[in-house]
Amino acid sequence: MNPRLARALVNGVLIGVSTIVLFPLLWMLSVSFMQSGEASTFPPPLLSSHPTLANYEILFARAGMGRYLANSLAIATAMTLLSLAFNLSAGYAFAKLQFAGRERIFQVLLGALLVPVQVAMIPLFLLMKWLHLVNSYGGVIVPGMAGVFGIYLVRQYARSIPDELLEAARIDGAGEWKIFLRIVLPLLKPIVVTLAIFTFLASWNDFMWPLIVLSDQQWQTAPVALAALSREHVQDNELMMAGSVVTIVPVLLLFLVLQRHYIQGLLLGSVKG
Amino acid sequence: MSTQRAAWTFVTPALLVIGVFFGLPVLAAFVLSLTDFDLYALADLKNLRFIGLTNYFDVLNTPLFWKSLLNTTYFVVVGVPLSIGASLGAALLLNSPLARCKGLFRTALFAPVVTTVVAVAVIWKYLFHTRYGLINYVLGHVGIAPIDWLGDVHYSMPAIILFAVWKNFGYNMIILLAGLQGVPQELYEAAKIDGASAWRAFRHITLPSLRPVLLLVGIITMAGYFQLFAEPYVMTLGNPLQSTYSVLYFMYEEGFTWWSLGRASAIAFLLFALILVATRALLHVARRSGEET
Repeated sequence: MNPRLARALVNGVLIGVSTIVLFPLLWMLSVSFMQSGEASTFPPPLLSSHPTLANYEILFARAGMGRYLANSLAIATAMTLLSLAFNLSAGYAFAKLQFAGRERIFQVLLGALLVPVQVAMIPLFLLMKWLHLVNSYGGVIVPGMAGVFGIYLVRQYARSIPDELLEAARIDGAGEWKIFLRIVLPLLKPIVVTLAIFTFLASWNDFMWPLIVLSDQQWQTAPVALAALSREHVQDNELMMAGSVVTIVPVLLLFLVLQRHYIQGLLLGSVKG
Repeated sequence: MSTQRAAWTFVTPALLVIGVFFGLPVLAAFVLSLTDFDLYALADLKNLRFIGLTNYFDVLNTPLFWKSLLNTTYFVVVGVPLSIGASLGAALLLNSPLARCKGLFRTALFAPVVTTVVAVAVIWKYLFHTRYGLINYVLGHVGIAPIDWLGDVHYSMPAIILFAVWKNFGYNMIILLAGLQGVPQELYEAAKIDGASAWRAFRHITLPSLRPVLLLVGIITMAGYFQLFAEPYVMTLGNPLQSTYSVLYFMYEEGFTWWSLGRASAIAFLLFALILVATRALLHVARRSGEET
């Protein structure tokens, strides 16, 4: 094939596929500015003839979306910070500190990855009920404070820290906590960002567990509330699109800003080391 | 402070969280699946009885379980190859030396992965609308009569699969792209000198080099697809005629609508066993076809 034709073909297909893939998101944005009922006409319009912010007003003033977004933000932020503390220290210890049974324990942890999380959900619900954490932020945050995947990710990365560096600090009389905070953490900075964005996005997007543990409306996260709203307002196409926009845009923006770190984590997490 | 003691203070908090909020519940789930834990037991534990494997037999005798299993299997068997095929196609395009603005295209194709599944399922529900949906509108231009995507038993699962492929293909695309970049360029140059066509180079160089990555991606995707839940929950409520009712949906309803927590635990374990068996089968097939080539 003629090289210019081949180039046009490859790039043409890429443009076509990207347009199709992005189309639902662009359409969501456009419909969210339409007048109520405007999207349910034939032929389906792509742009509003009279753009309006009314859907967003209804969403926040009457459907209480502000509260749900705040819940999501609080839960995802707390989960990110806590899981950083737990997973960074554990991942570092599994990579660099000697202790009895280290490899054994790590193997058991990796084995746990095989078990679908839903297997634990029913007893976990009873445990949360017993701890009075059902219908509270804690019910979502506490079980997610540490995770095997996070520990694995940190361990993979921390293994590249040279032992001589840590030994030298020990000879200088630095304690293990001081070494961790002053020497190790700065070296782990890239993986800190990666783990943070991973945890935040996973927590924000999570659905099944929050649906189970947050039955009370006032504690619900944006996805759980959105699912309930979409059952009530089946006909309100435009309102629902506004709801989808405010749920998706925060995570999409975060991803766009930090995508290099996200993709690095994705690759580090999927390649066995 | 000795290193050993320090190490334990570093790992203990995380191990405690995972042990108490995951390990323990998994073990408890097995015990629970052997009891008749229900609304009465929830009120007073004295009503709890040990009933052996009764829950498992009960579930296996429930037609709805088999229906949900069949639906989930349909989703996995059709959805996984389609997803990976889409990922591989996109990765090959992005890896082509002819492609421009690769970063931009990569971001665009990856975007659905980071979106919230509930929110995008809501979008697709409207795109699939029989009268006003854009999918039927476009199909109308090529002479296809409107399809009742989410209301017809023949189209409901294909619609959900289509949605799942769109939502997920970007993830594996990134992993496969990294795999493609690891294939030694010399192999392609040698093939070119030998006069091999692009298709032959793909069959005999690209695919064999990608085998381990494809296997990994296949296992991860399959395990994930067996856990189908949010898509039918938002788009179809498991309907029409329970044609999109999945095993996890069944577990959710048994557990948190009817509060049969013992039965729901049994369903969870059956799903777990199914995933393990399917993974073993996939590994087995991969090993055997590996010996042949």
